[in-house]
Amino acid sequence: MTLTVSMTVNGESVSADVEPRTLLVQMLREHLGLTGTHVGCDTSQCGTCVVHVNGESLKSCTMLAVQAEGADVTTIEGVADGETLHPMQQAFHENHGLQCGFCTPGMIMSSLDLVKNNPDPSEREIREWLEGNLCRCTGYHNIVKSIDAGAKAMRS
Amino acid sequence: MTEQGIGAAIARREDRRFVTGQGHYTDDINRMGQTYAVFVRSPHAHAIINSISMDAAKGMPGVRDIFIGKDLADGGVGPLICGWAITDVNGEPHKAPPHPALAMGKVRHVGDPVAVVIADTQHQAMDAAAKVDVDYSVLDAAADLATAQGSNVQIHEEAPGNLCYEWEIGDKAAIDAAFDSAAHVTELEFLNNRLVPNAMEPRACVAEYDGGTGDYTLYLTSQNPHVHRLVMSAFNGLAPEHKLRVVAPDVGGGFGSKIFVYAEEVVLTWACRHVGRPIKWTAERSESFVTDAHGRDHVTKAELALDADGLFLAMRVNTMANMGAYLSTFASAVPTYLYATLLAGQYTTGGIYANVKAVFTNTVPVDAYRGAGRPEAAYVVERLVEAAAAETGRDPADLRKRNFVQKDAFPYQTPVVMQYDCGDFHGSMEQALALIGYTGFAGRKEASRADGKLRGIGFSSYIEACGIAPSAAVGSLGAGVGLWESANIRFNPTGNVQLFTGCHSHGQGHETAYAQIVADKLGVPYEQVDVIHGDTARIPFGMGTYGSRSAAVGGSAILKAADKVIEKGKKIAAHCLEASEDDIEFSAGNFTVTGTDKAMNIAEVAFTAYVPHNYPDGVEPGLDETAFYDPLNFSFPAGTHICEVEIDPDTGAVSIEKYAAVDDFGTLINPLIVEGQIHGGIAQGVGQAVLESAVYDGDGQLVSGSYMDYTMPRADDLPHYDVGFNSVPSPLNPLGVKGCGEAGAIAAPAAVMNAVHNALRDMGVNHVEMPATPQRVWEAIQGAQGAAE
Repeated sequence: MTLTVSMTVNGESVSADVEPRTLLVQMLREHLGLTGTHVGCDTSQCGTCVVHVNGESLKSCTMLAVQAEGADVTTIEGVADGETLHPMQQAFHENHGLQCGFCTPGMIMSSLDLVKNNPDPSEREIREWLEGNLCRCTGYHNIVKSIDAGAKAMRS
Repeated sequence: MTEQGIGAAIARREDRRFVTGQGHYTDDINRMGQTYAVFVRSPHAHAIINSISMDAAKGMPGVRDIFIGKDLADGGVGPLICGWAITDVNGEPHKAPPHPALAMGKVRHVGDPVAVVIADTQHQAMDAAAKVDVDYSVLDAAADLATAQGSNVQIHEEAPGNLCYEWEIGDKAAIDAAFDSAAHVTELEFLNNRLVPNAMEPRACVAEYDGGTGDYTLYLTSQNPHVHRLVMSAFNGLAPEHKLRVVAPDVGGGFGSKIFVYAEEVVLTWACRHVGRPIKWTAERSESFVTDAHGRDHVTKAELALDADGLFLAMRVNTMANMGAYLSTFASAVPTYLYATLLAGQYTTGGIYANVKAVFTNTVPVDAYRGAGRPEAAYVVERLVEAAAAETGRDPADLRKRNFVQKDAFPYQTPVVMQYDCGDFHGSMEQALALIGYTGFAGRKEASRADGKLRGIGFSSYIEACGIAPSAAVGSLGAGVGLWESANIRFNPTGNVQLFTGCHSHGQGHETAYAQIVADKLGVPYEQVDVIHGDTARIPFGMGTYGSRSAAVGGSAILKAADKVIEKGKKIAAHCLEASEDDIEFSAGNFTVTGTDKAMNIAEVAFTAYVPHNYPDGVEPGLDETAFYDPLNFSFPAGTHICEVEIDPDTGAVSIEKYAAVDDFGTLINPLIVEGQIHGGIAQGVGQAVLESAVYDGDGQLVSGSYMDYTMPRADDLPHYDVGFNSVPSPLNPLGVKGCGEAGAIAAPAAVMNAVHNALRDMGVNHVEMPATPQRVWEAIQGAQGAAE
């Protein structure tokens, strides 16, 4: 049995026929071809699948696609302005806030939500906010630096 | 140094695709007509397989086929191999029992694959796999070293007593005599906890077969695609090398765990031809926990003999190394040649004896994980030295300095095979002391005390062997492969360059750093150099990336290829400029005639090479040079890391307050990338010291088998790192580099644990195992306080 699910993703109206058990992340990756959102675990711990649903950051493995019916979803593919990187993306690049890149989309989506609610986060606040995002490469040092720089760029 | 050449801290070019979600990882690849594989895995640590009933599963919707071990064996698929043969103390080869890709007759660890279901969708394959009914007779399991050595559990018939090998290095009698004459002996016993590598990208593969050409293509999360192709061809017999293409696209971290040839890629490559469709498999994280090769897992008794002046006379080490249920691809080398040969550390220790017993258990196989043997060695040496300092009432920095190899004593031959090329151990120590603010420690400790906290400081003056390795040397020690590297520099007629390398980047930034090397050496603008890796169909043969070898070995191959380009370019320029080849000089991208203003840019030379209308006789057209580089020796990165922790005695919680690292990596190609490597390595080392542990229960169930249970370091567990460099370029490779990928993971565990012990010494605590969790630390404090009362 499949169900038709419709939503807005990165500003475009999309729909797909999915099994009821299909997770939002699976719909994004497998039905819509948006492979920038990743899957790094099966217990909703790693945060590589973070997207924005109706403006809030959310692990897209914690939501069924059918639950996102009618929602406004933004993925990492929808963050840049054409070929111009978003200031947060630029900050990750300039501060070497990524290595293998697998956790990066989730980190950026998560940090955008932090900065939306807290435009000038302290180092401690950034570290605590990232509780739901794992990175195995960077030791977080440059991710924290990137988010600080990205927040600063977004303020100016 | 040019603006974008060697030494420039430029941001990475590969970032753009990753920050925009346009990376191409294996699971992002989908092929027309693709099917999905789900593996049926043993829920038992040790059991006889009585029967496998597949009828119900075969009738499920979408199921294409189900295969078991017998199908592979009948199809001529060879078992998984270990590529490094250790000779044991009796002169016998190590025990390498058969390791079928799908278990036959018996399962030996939880997660051992028994069958594979291929279906049209992932969900259909999962549903059908749940219907495969395996009847087991459960056997007693040996989940730990003590049980494996002390019970009747027999995991492999070929390995009596579950012993894979006993191996030793050094003259035991001489070392024993040195201990007899010692003024002081420090003795420690400890574990080196088992770790799960946990690259954020789970392992995955997509296999397809082209019936028209007979070609196989395997997209794979691999650190070394050519090694995969070689092993899968030569030993698993899946396809001749020229008919098997292995592509490792963007790979989301490896840390060693993606070096090895695993069951899943072997099974899929064989099965895709039988099914007649491409097949994809992607590990779930819980599957990664029970199939990715684990790391570390030693039990060690170590002793250090000192004379009355605090000089190190001798070291004696006995280690039991857990191999897991089967020998993984390079497992046997890790607790021997990558471990005991580093026990000299940075010191002039007179003599060293080490005995290693490698033991099979009913657990996931153990193999190289970031550092691979060297973190275990550094932990032995640095814990011993720090304990010796405390026991003899010496300052830990002073005791180290007293025993360091002097700066002018290189090359320095250790008692355990290695010859160190160069270094400045004292200089790194002094720099690290300044960076941490050692003179202010007493004040900070007092401030912590006033706050009800225990503060401790710990040192780790590590050394490691990187740039693996001279082929003849590793061959003489049992390696089944050569460990050179290749590079191909291809100029296009319009003057831009494609560099093809046999190393593989899975986060290390090769696309940037290698382009810097080419730009620097050949004077081609950085933007006009592209780096291509990870595809056996595009690159010359290469050995991949691990053991911090990509700069020292891969980078040297690039320089060698660049030299060939210059050599040929001189011939072409000499002809065009009507000069003798001997009079041509090359610098910053220009061939000039000595003493004149006649010059030709390398782009013009490249164009001439491809449009050879006016061209020297006897010179081949084209500007496309390949070099293979075999290193002369290992390289020896070294440094001093100092950690300060604060412990809350009421909860046992350990907080990393300060961390200073001063490292000698030789020449730095891109300091921004190097600092990132250090940060990440330290995080994994801190993880080992205070957070991470793969815990098995007595039945061989992995208790910490998910991110709910296995404590991955998070941003708020880790400190700001203060990083410094004390570079002494290596004389043994043309770049002068030493390698930086593993240093943090090697140095950090001892630095953190020495700090923990330093903090707890005032409470009467002498021993805490890794990871120093709040519970362990609290119990140690309570135990010591109880004993004191």
